[in-house]
Amino acid sequence: MRRSTANIFWLGTKELRSFFRDYVLLGLVVYAFTIAVYAQASSTAQELHNAAVAIVDEDHSPLSRAIAADFLPPFFKPAQEIEAGETDRALDLARYGFVIDVPPHFERDMRAGRDPGLQVNIDATAAMQAGIGADYIQQILDAEIARFAARADQTVRDPVNLVMHVEYNPNTTTSWFTSVMAIIGNITMLAIVLAGAAIVREREHGTMDHLMVMPLRPFEIATAKIAANGLVITAASWFALSVVVRVFLGVPIVGSVPLFIVGVMLYLFFATAVGLFLGTIARSMPQLGLLFILVSVPLNMLSGSNTPLESMPPVLQVLMEFSPTTHFVSLAQAVLFRGAGIDVVWPDFLAVAGIGAVFFVAALARFRRVTAMAVT
Amino acid sequence: MSGAAEAGTVARFAGVSHRYGARVALDGVDLALPAGSSTAAIGPDGVGKSTLLGLLAGAKRVQSGKVRVLGGDMANAGHRAAICPRIAYMPQGLGRNLYPDLSVRENMEFFARLFGQGSAERLRRIGALLEATGLAPFPDRPARNLSGGMRQKLGLCCALIHDPDLLILDEPTTGVDPLSRRQFWELIERMRESRPGMSLVVATAYMEEAERFTHLLAINDGRILFTGTPAEIKARTGAATLEESFLALLPEAVRAGHRALSIPPRAADEHEPAIVAEHLTRRFGRFLAVDDASFVIERGEIFGFLGSNGCGKTTTMKMLTGLLPPTSGSALLFGRGIDAADISQRERVGYMSQSFSLYTELTVLQNLELHARLYHLPPARARVRIARLIEEFGLAFYIGQRAASLPLGIRQRLSLAVAVVHEPEVLILDEPTSGVDPLARDRFWELLVDLSRNRGVTIFVSTHFMNEAERCDRISLMHAGRVLATGAPAALTAAKGAKRLEDAFIAYLVEAGEEAAPRSVSTPGERSSAARAGASTAPVRGFSLRRLFAYALRETLELRRDPVRLGFSLFGTAFLMLVLGFGINTDVNHLSFAAFDRDRTPESVDYLKEFRGSIYFTEQRPITSYQDLEHRLASGSLKVAIEIPPGFGRDVRRGRPAEVGAWIDGAMPFWAETAEGYLEAAHQLYLSDLAVAGGIAAGTPDLASIESRFRYNQDFESVKALVPGTLAFMLALIPSIMMAVAVVREKELGSITNLYVTPVTRLEFVLGKQLPYVALAMVSFLSLCLMAILVFAVPLRGSFAALAVGALIYVTATTGYGLLISSFASTQIAALFGTAILTVLPATTFSGMMTPVSTLTGLPALMGRAFPMTYFLPISVGTFTKALGFSELAGPMLALLLFVPVFTLASLMLLPKQER
Repeated sequence: MRRSTANIFWLGTKELRSFFRDYVLLGLVVYAFTIAVYAQASSTAQELHNAAVAIVDEDHSPLSRAIAADFLPPFFKPAQEIEAGETDRALDLARYGFVIDVPPHFERDMRAGRDPGLQVNIDATAAMQAGIGADYIQQILDAEIARFAARADQTVRDPVNLVMHVEYNPNTTTSWFTSVMAIIGNITMLAIVLAGAAIVREREHGTMDHLMVMPLRPFEIATAKIAANGLVITAASWFALSVVVRVFLGVPIVGSVPLFIVGVMLYLFFATAVGLFLGTIARSMPQLGLLFILVSVPLNMLSGSNTPLESMPPVLQVLMEFSPTTHFVSLAQAVLFRGAGIDVVWPDFLAVAGIGAVFFVAALARFRRVTAMAVT
Repeated sequence: MSGAAEAGTVARFAGVSHRYGARVALDGVDLALPAGSSTAAIGPDGVGKSTLLGLLAGAKRVQSGKVRVLGGDMANAGHRAAICPRIAYMPQGLGRNLYPDLSVRENMEFFARLFGQGSAERLRRIGALLEATGLAPFPDRPARNLSGGMRQKLGLCCALIHDPDLLILDEPTTGVDPLSRRQFWELIERMRESRPGMSLVVATAYMEEAERFTHLLAINDGRILFTGTPAEIKARTGAATLEESFLALLPEAVRAGHRALSIPPRAADEHEPAIVAEHLTRRFGRFLAVDDASFVIERGEIFGFLGSNGCGKTTTMKMLTGLLPPTSGSALLFGRGIDAADISQRERVGYMSQSFSLYTELTVLQNLELHARLYHLPPARARVRIARLIEEFGLAFYIGQRAASLPLGIRQRLSLAVAVVHEPEVLILDEPTSGVDPLARDRFWELLVDLSRNRGVTIFVSTHFMNEAERCDRISLMHAGRVLATGAPAALTAAKGAKRLEDAFIAYLVEAGEEAAPRSVSTPGERSSAARAGASTAPVRGFSLRRLFAYALRETLELRRDPVRLGFSLFGTAFLMLVLGFGINTDVNHLSFAAFDRDRTPESVDYLKEFRGSIYFTEQRPITSYQDLEHRLASGSLKVAIEIPPGFGRDVRRGRPAEVGAWIDGAMPFWAETAEGYLEAAHQLYLSDLAVAGGIAAGTPDLASIESRFRYNQDFESVKALVPGTLAFMLALIPSIMMAVAVVREKELGSITNLYVTPVTRLEFVLGKQLPYVALAMVSFLSLCLMAILVFAVPLRGSFAALAVGALIYVTATTGYGLLISSFASTQIAALFGTAILTVLPATTFSGMMTPVSTLTGLPALMGRAFPMTYFLPISVGTFTKALGFSELAGPMLALLLFVPVFTLASLMLLPKQER
């Protein structure tokens, strides 16, 4: 036992030394945990931001002008006025996401209580924006009409008022979410790449043979790789979270960073095991790269870090329940944003650790078999 | 020819120096090579021979000094382009410029096309060369399945396909068995006889081969020690052999401490077997790597394995170390079966694999310490042992240097030191001295002799050098997986009545049924005249479709023969499309909500009914307390909680303003915003129901109705937009990655040399390689379209022609993107992950797949606008869902079209036509 621990420790220091000498890899890691996180966080992909609105004003009344003036940054760009015939083409070319059509005599008809119709055309192909934007516009128009009506003394207070509290992220700022999800995506990609490449590199350089003739067990070699790569990624995640996300992006993290880091370590158990596994399958670096894409892209894209898990078909939802990435995303959100403690997130921790351990054992068995067969 | 001085010379170097970083490879070299001569550059590895030949061939860029070849300056690109059809260059390494997946004939056809030969000419020349080299019986065998000797012959065929005036061969016979080696030189001899005008320059590490040449260049440490005929060099040094002459030419300081190696005889009383191999056989699939090998190695003996590359030496050694289980037969180590799981057995063995068994990024001391620790030497003993090894192996000077920066000979000594750190009883060394100069090799052998004779270590060593084999106590001759003979070198030589071990080896090979000589050469005369006539059809300068086609055809053949890559590009893409198409979905429904009804009146139930009836909400068990509310929101099991305060029903009945609270999980902002919209809608519905129910004062009367029309996608299903988006994502990711690997692969495997030394231009190279991947990507595109329509039921409403044309431009741009990345990446792994990282983020986030590009600002906007997918997305989404055609999509298509020349030009600028 003590002998094993010593072996793992010394092999691990060797891994770390190699890692820090590989400047290309080092550069990629630095990019992934700084610039890439920053860029993704500042993309505002999930909120209404700078949406382009056009207005077809056939009324030219004070009310229609007031409506046009209601679209304000940061949610909207100032509304542009276009001609009635231009609507289709404008939407076809995605120049505007929304076109509001105020019909002739709109204000006059409303004063007369003739219930005139106001049309909002929405480009429904702008996936995330169309729905949210439509709600916003509906509210803006409601409010403007109500204001107009108030001047005309026609309104009464609503009998029931709905007070909404958005917990944990009151302004629904996207960067809070995307920055942390970017880190998670990078953890998955890098853990698989580093562990996989570490194996393939030793095989390509012939040093794996060398290790196998020394009094070392496959378990020790594999564990050393997992521990060393895990350490690097854990450190990088911690840096990205406390420096890039907290300081540069100014995201307030209410939860416990140490608890999250424990989660990261558990998750790395899984992700590096996957890398190890792929490293034993791939015969060359190009093959490893292709396998890596096949595995990491779905793991990341379907984990709930990009689009909501609940929107996926039930079969995929069930399948993704077996992916530790899904549980990791869920626990990261709970811990970092909702300030959840271990009493709340322990089921996710358990799932990550459990599934991770299964993969680890499987990867180890495969690793043992492959190394026993050696490489030719 | 520019001057009288050059009339008789084919090449002239004046003050040529070349360095790689800080390392000087050539140091002020001056020389002149007479036309029609045969010249051999001799000297150990790493002294600058390859650099000299590379400069001569135009493969390497001239750094300083003047290199004139065939009457012009090699620094001048125009001159290089003009004369490269007259030069043939075969780089070092077995078949390094060949394509292993291509057959013998396909390889030759490729080179013939590069030199612009028409099909009739091609056929004639290939036929003649195949006949001359004895390769005629296997024109369809893939190059990877050729033996080393045959591979070199094929390389020669490819080099001679265009009748060069200057033939440059870099170590053509290193690692080839002696019989093939002899045949190779005979072949060269005949070729030269048939074309007396041709000049030949060869580099070789085998000194005995150099005897055949009219001129010798003895090179050491980047300088020319001597030029002249073999007889002159021997006369000047008074030595009997070239090897001795070469040693004599070395500066005094280098020779100091060198003495002729003497091997004391073994003590006669030790005959205990250390290693016993009985009928060892190993198969890899259908390939028989080792065939029934049996031998006994005694304790303290130096036992050698002599044979060519790929004859089974390494496989046998791996079986003896337990790295590889034998297919049949057995091996014993000190009387015990070899067991991979037996840790104690491993402590008795030291192993040095062919590739370096060192961690090149660690220093000398770190390497030694790491191994001492892994063998668990007690710290005190480890210190003593390491100190002693450093002294004995002469490593003190290098102690803090990284292994990567050590000269080859020193690295080899360190490898040995590392292998013996735990004082093993058996040492297994796989070609430990290949690539090491004669002096360093002698020092290395001194260490081996000391270990064997003074420490009783059993040494099992493999080599392809005859003179090393002669130093062993006993050797086995190996060929094609079989042990031909075993015995003391002198005894084996005597048994065949040969003068030298090499001759004896050849005799054994012939006896084993290897062909002694190739077919007679029947064609040289007519070939030569045909060649002269053929020279008039000189390769086109400037752009040539034929050469572009040669590369495209070759890439297609290779792709067709790599099922992993091909399979991935088609099935992998389809798989990802399937998973992502179903999985990426931004529709929000079934939001989990729970009620915290503290009122429990018919009114509160009425209010909650609006949520319970909606498909957007799924109710969970009721909330019991604030603590419960908080806990369930924090764990993520609830997205929305609705609290109805006590007295709600009473207030509503009495017409007093009532208030309801909603808590929304804001962790995922997109969810939260959508949920807010749904809540508001449900709330409004309640209000109007309340108004209709009457009795209570109505809320806002209908002043105006607002009608929201979701265009293109009335049901507002995100799949309609996201599937065309996923299609665009796939066509951005997969073609660029495959393309990136394709170019870097040539760099890593060495065939990029063909770009440097043949008439092919960079543009032809780049476009030729790109074509097959564009075609493959279009096949993927068609299958993705079918999946979108059939599997995801997203109808194609607009013009398919517009979509297809857009896709064609798009995949040309994305393969160009891969090309661009590959032209500056130097390793496959860097190209792969570079492409992955630089594609996934802009594709998923900044190109408009999830959110319109027009809404982005700053860095993301910049990254989005510089990425081709941003312009293909409107085409893909537009044709699928908006029923658009060419006229509406001209804008994005033109923008996309712009990427093609930009990427191509940038790649051309970053891809050098010469090696540094």
